[in-house]
Amino acid sequence: MKHVDLVIIGGGSAGLAAAIKAYDEGIQSILVLEKEKYLGGILLQCIHNGFGLTTFQEELTGPEYAHRYVEEVLKRPIDIKLETMVMEITPDKQVHYSNELEGYIIVQAGAIICATGCSERTRGAINIPGHRPAGIITAGLAQKYINIDGFHVGKRVFILGSGDIGLIMARRLRFEGVEVLGVAELMPYSNGLNRNLVQCLYDFNIPLFLHHTIKDIIGQTRIEKIVVGEVDDDFQFIPGTEKEFEIDALLLSVGLIPSNPILEKLGIALHPRTKGPWVDEQLQTEIPGIFACGNSLHVHDLVDFVSLEGEKAGVSASKYLKTELLTGTMISLKAGYGIGYVLPQRVHQNSLGPIQISYRVIKPYQNVTVLVRQGNCVVKKIRKPFLFPAEMEQISFSLSQLETDEEVWVEVQDA
Amino acid sequence: MRDLICIVCPRGCHLTVENGKVTGNFCKRGIQYGLQEATNPVRMVTSTVAIHDGLIARLPVVTSQSIPKSMMFEVIREIQTIEVVAPITIGTIIIENVLNTGTNIIATRTVERRSS
Amino acid sequence: MDVIIIGAGVIGTSIARALSKYQMDILVIEKDNDVGDGSSCANSAILHSGYDPEPGSLKAKLNVLGNQMFDEVCRDLDVQIRRIGSITVASTDEEVDALGPLIKRAEQNKVPVQLLTREELLKIEPFLHSSVRYGLLAPTAGIINPFELTIASMENAMDNGASLHLCEEVIGISRVGNEFLVQTNKDQYKTTMVINCAGVYSDVIHNMVNPPQFTIKPRRGEYYVIDNLFTPYITHVIFGVPTKAGKGVLVTPTTHDNYLFGPSSDFIENKDDTATHADVLMMVKNRASTMVSTLPFSSMIRQFAGIRAVSNTNDFIIQEASPNFYDVAGIQSPGLASSPAIAKMVEDLILSHHAFSKNPSYNPRRRPVVRLKEASLEERTRLIAKNPQYGHIVCRCEGVSEAEVVDCIHRHAGARTIKGVKKRTRPGAGRCQGGFCEPHIIEILSRELGKQKTDIEYAKQGSFILQERKKGEPHETR
Repeated sequence: MKHVDLVIIGGGSAGLAAAIKAYDEGIQSILVLEKEKYLGGILLQCIHNGFGLTTFQEELTGPEYAHRYVEEVLKRPIDIKLETMVMEITPDKQVHYSNELEGYIIVQAGAIICATGCSERTRGAINIPGHRPAGIITAGLAQKYINIDGFHVGKRVFILGSGDIGLIMARRLRFEGVEVLGVAELMPYSNGLNRNLVQCLYDFNIPLFLHHTIKDIIGQTRIEKIVVGEVDDDFQFIPGTEKEFEIDALLLSVGLIPSNPILEKLGIALHPRTKGPWVDEQLQTEIPGIFACGNSLHVHDLVDFVSLEGEKAGVSASKYLKTELLTGTMISLKAGYGIGYVLPQRVHQNSLGPIQISYRVIKPYQNVTVLVRQGNCVVKKIRKPFLFPAEMEQISFSLSQLETDEEVWVEVQDA
Repeated sequence: MRDLICIVCPRGCHLTVENGKVTGNFCKRGIQYGLQEATNPVRMVTSTVAIHDGLIARLPVVTSQSIPKSMMFEVIREIQTIEVVAPITIGTIIIENVLNTGTNIIATRTVERRSS
Repeated sequence: MDVIIIGAGVIGTSIARALSKYQMDILVIEKDNDVGDGSSCANSAILHSGYDPEPGSLKAKLNVLGNQMFDEVCRDLDVQIRRIGSITVASTDEEVDALGPLIKRAEQNKVPVQLLTREELLKIEPFLHSSVRYGLLAPTAGIINPFELTIASMENAMDNGASLHLCEEVIGISRVGNEFLVQTNKDQYKTTMVINCAGVYSDVIHNMVNPPQFTIKPRRGEYYVIDNLFTPYITHVIFGVPTKAGKGVLVTPTTHDNYLFGPSSDFIENKDDTATHADVLMMVKNRASTMVSTLPFSSMIRQFAGIRAVSNTNDFIIQEASPNFYDVAGIQSPGLASSPAIAKMVEDLILSHHAFSKNPSYNPRRRPVVRLKEASLEERTRLIAKNPQYGHIVCRCEGVSEAEVVDCIHRHAGARTIKGVKKRTRPGAGRCQGGFCEPHIIEILSRELGKQKTDIEYAKQGSFILQERKKGEPHETR
């Protein structure tokens, strides 16, 4: 059985950043396994700009951002397998993968980084009633068909979900000469970035129906009509608010979920909120030597943070291989009032340097304070004028400020 | 007076533009954007172009700089008339000075030739 | 033609297979875009033990007989089957009292059942609801892959010489001398015999050339599909006590390691309306939660509905309605479990009137299907060595290779649509619901069928997914 120091599952933004960093940290044998025909991940189909402001101080399109990392990987003797599917990994870090060229291969990895990205929530997962015709498609898949394969998915489209993907696709479809009859959003506020509301909806006079969702789908062969209705605070339909739209395609932009079938198969528990594995500040999962980063760890909004997280995983994996990784007692980090989740969920007591926590709030807040506390001892406090669930935030604190090894809470405090 | 949402970066500051003055901005670029948007709004445009014999069917492109918002669809239409042949390298100018805007249309991805 | 079979559901295809044992010209005419695209692919996938139907009824007789025939059928056709047994649970006094009559019925139908106490039940089925006090275990019950059964039956029938026409609808039947003239939307055929297996439309077909005798009313059932859980869950079919409206909501594993909750039971107007409804599904959820201790709804991946063909006689109608015209109608539950016995009954009926010599090249077995996901490492390596396409995984959720998809397209009664591939090899049936695999499947279908990608259908005729982009688009005038 072949031995590889570091196997990275996924050649998208997280995996590429991890590969580059791990190599630069001195790890010689690195293998990147990617299921698509190219390296670069989802950014290759995100042809719009807005990427890389933090990383490169430039606003790049998705393919351009991906190109920078792909180029860097190709400059280094990193082994890459494309059109390759990882079928399973074992607790002792054997990686099983399959492709047409080599067949079914098992390699023994010294360390594994899972960078498998995320998947889109489907119609069935949110139980939209009605018929099941052709013409119902998730926004990301529509984006691939349009931007990479050069097809249309419809000429009169409605979009469910005002997250960034739905908004971006609204604009994209308009540019493709497709009518976009509206965007419905279940919540009373849009989940997307303000700039996307402007550039994608307001610029094109596409109506946004907040606190609305789809009540019915009609059409046996292809989709013909949808019924959209307003919902109340309990998300029950309000009678009399039904609006009908005759369409030939419905795009669903109803959420992204970290994609971890390999970890589930392995039996690793997934965090109920992030849907990714529990990790420590080194991004190591509950299995020593198996790390996670990027959208498969928790869904990000900005690829810049994905790349940073990938780098962190690369550093950690290389430390692990050099047996320099921290071990020992860990302190739990918990999501308190107003906080949806925190990541990492545990941190080594002997960790040096500031601990950076990523978090999301459960609902929008204005003019609040976010604090980090252990018991009654507040170790960090930040004022926040705006906080949205759709925007991942960071807060850092120093372990030296902690008095015990009790759990540490991140919470929102109303001003 | 105009209320705008700045689109320069993902922050999306709420700007107010009045009498040539911008408030609500977090950084300098916001001032520039606010004034521009209130007088002569511009946008970056991205799209795809048909590419033949490539590993993929569409070449993604971007405007090298912003163009007047009012010309968005015209520029898109112009882009759609172009077809290219693989291989194309990232950064290649696909259309020079599109519709006399002083802006080029640039390839944002390298597309290799498909081996038949 | 010697015989035209109208309808390629599980009944029509099973009969076609049974008759292909003989030297007969058999044509199966199906109005939809694939075999088994109606109720045969939208049901509970259960091989009922047969204790439940009214003793003395055709349902009872054929269910018990059919159930026994399935091991051989599935072996010959390489169809997935699991004899996991069923448990009918009783919580309330009323339900507990209803078990007695069920046990009697089981005795009369000669079906082995066992009354178990809560304690005994929890040993074999720990996920039962806390209110369950007793349960009736029927060990001969099982689950099957209903798509595979229908498809494999047709494939085998065609291997043995039968023909299949898809997307062809029978619009009229008349007698001409000793024969029938069957008129479709595409052609017309002369045939000696007609076998009516038209499901919810079997009364319409019957009435084309016979005086009206029975009515088929559509009764819709809606289901949830739960994803493979990776953790232990129920291992038996769990029924509630049956009522007049039917067997009621059940909770069951599937042969794909998914779970089904449902069905509901509502008479509807439109024979083809397979829409799901929020309130109906809510009822299903509520009922199911009284039978099992946890309902893993966060792993829900899909909802669907199937239509039962309910006859006014409430029993199967298997008869020679008029000389050489055979009805096989009102085949609702336990239709699937009875299907091989129904086919045998029709075969015997026909052979009692007509002499047909045996088909010397009849082979009851179809070529086995490769299910790579279940293959051992050795088997997988061997397959890949012969065909590298077994190394190219195109369905991430179910681990399906390109080779399996290509194979399912090129068999008799092969896949021609996205749904067709899904029914045969699984891509699109998993958690991603096509998010990853659909582009691959379109690519493979396009290549193997020699069609443009824009001509690949999702399921029904005309259900295209992709539209062509015309040169110089968009023609925006704003």
